[in-house]
Amino acid sequence: MTPRDELPRAFGWLAPVGVAAVLLGLWQGAVTAWDVPAYLVPSPARVAATLWTDRALLADSLRVTAGIALTALAIAIVAGVATALLFAQSRVIEASLFPYAILLQVTPIVAIAPLIIIWVQDTRVALVLCAVVVAIFPIISNTALGLRSVDPGLADLFRMSRATRWQTLWRLRIPGALPYFFGGLRVASGLALIGAVVAEFVAGTGGQGAGLAYQILLAGIQLNVPRLFAALVLIAATGVVFFAVTNALARAALSRWHESELPPAE
Amino acid sequence: MTAAPSVVAVEGAAKTYANGTCALAPVDLAVAPGEFVALLGPSGCGKTTLLRMAAGLVAPTQGRLSWWGADHVPADDPARRIAMVFQSPTLMPWSRVLANARLPLDLAGAARAEGDRAARDALAGVGLADVADRYPRELSGGMQMRVSIARALVVAPALLLMDEPFGALDEFTRHKLDAELNALWHTRGGTVLFVTHSIQEAAFLATRVVVMAARPGRIIADVPVPAAQPRTPAYRGSADFAALCARLSAAVAQASGEVQAQ
Repeated sequence: MTPRDELPRAFGWLAPVGVAAVLLGLWQGAVTAWDVPAYLVPSPARVAATLWTDRALLADSLRVTAGIALTALAIAIVAGVATALLFAQSRVIEASLFPYAILLQVTPIVAIAPLIIIWVQDTRVALVLCAVVVAIFPIISNTALGLRSVDPGLADLFRMSRATRWQTLWRLRIPGALPYFFGGLRVASGLALIGAVVAEFVAGTGGQGAGLAYQILLAGIQLNVPRLFAALVLIAATGVVFFAVTNALARAALSRWHESELPPAE
Repeated sequence: MTAAPSVVAVEGAAKTYANGTCALAPVDLAVAPGEFVALLGPSGCGKTTLLRMAAGLVAPTQGRLSWWGADHVPADDPARRIAMVFQSPTLMPWSRVLANARLPLDLAGAARAEGDRAARDALAGVGLADVADRYPRELSGGMQMRVSIARALVVAPALLLMDEPFGALDEFTRHKLDAELNALWHTRGGTVLFVTHSIQEAAFLATRVVVMAARPGRIIADVPVPAAQPRTPAYRGSADFAALCARLSAAVAQASGEVQAQ
């Protein structure tokens, strides 16, 4: 058996691409062989063709959905980190407020989205707000955990050196919390996109600022299944890009010192 | 004797934790300037608690401590600094070795250039001048511990507290670091309070071994070690060393026997 470490480097992306090629080939073959109509299951080639012919419409919708998700993610990062820093200041604050962060997490977004959409006039703002509600919890809980997880020896050293509160935060707690923060960010980036899509489904807004979710809704009603698939592909691809970017950020920040981002042992 | 006040003096200090555990029964201990005192004892004998009291990290629940005759840890006296080396290296993994060694000076607000110079000197002192730009994870356990010692020495402490610093290392590395620590102390002077559960380590390093016993944590023997400084590998093989180890060993065994008999 080959040890894990000895897998060729390119295998990391070659293998999944190979799996995709095989699955798409089987799919294409099955649709052609049994002559399945496109309004039930379109072939991969047909989905690709739809992506091209509907590119103007889909690109506009992609821009709307990705814009909402990215805005929500940015707000979730800023507000989530700020909340975690607040929690780190005192156990009392954390104990009083953390249950409400959990409440935010366990309430399904489909249940709150209609309320938010009624209360907030601007639909785009309402959608961003929904996505923030979904994405913020992993940032808060992971960053708060990271800020608490201080090496007790280093904490003693800082005390003995009479470090100020600010020095302890900036030089000890924040660097130590970075790996936890990036763990939360990785989850939150996917959740922001899911939040944006789900909220748009609930809002059902069409017209000028229609996102990918609306295209899926509409395509479903019209039995335009190839376009439905095309929109799905774009949502999935956006999620993969979000994940890849947050991964790259984590690697850039941690690769030199943290175990999670070290290259395989030699 | 009366001229210089004790570097640290413990008078009837005891520690009982909030859950009722008595970590340390009232003990007395005075450490004179220039001494290398080893606190030797089994787990749970309160030696680490005593050391943390000397560091000002733990307050006794009864009794008192004094440092250079004052009842508080001196704050801004460069001639009376206290530094501590912990059981694990406790380095900041996100900082290079040089920045780790410089940390206490950074926290004290020293200028960067001055801090770098002192940190490089301290690293050179423990034989690590050439790894200043590495990250801690790139070093072996023994080297990380030496960085930790350099970080303590960077403030030129008058009192150095060490909490089983080599306890996690293999025996060969430990012997090597013991010899280096002895040479370092011999050249730079200062006062050391060193916690260990190794009889050989205490006997090799110390000018005085304070033997402690558990349940409750207390001091049961105070043994001077007159052997010449600096200690050499030959000292480890000497009859004096063997006799001292046997005596310390008997003291520890007697104390644990008492507990079993109760």
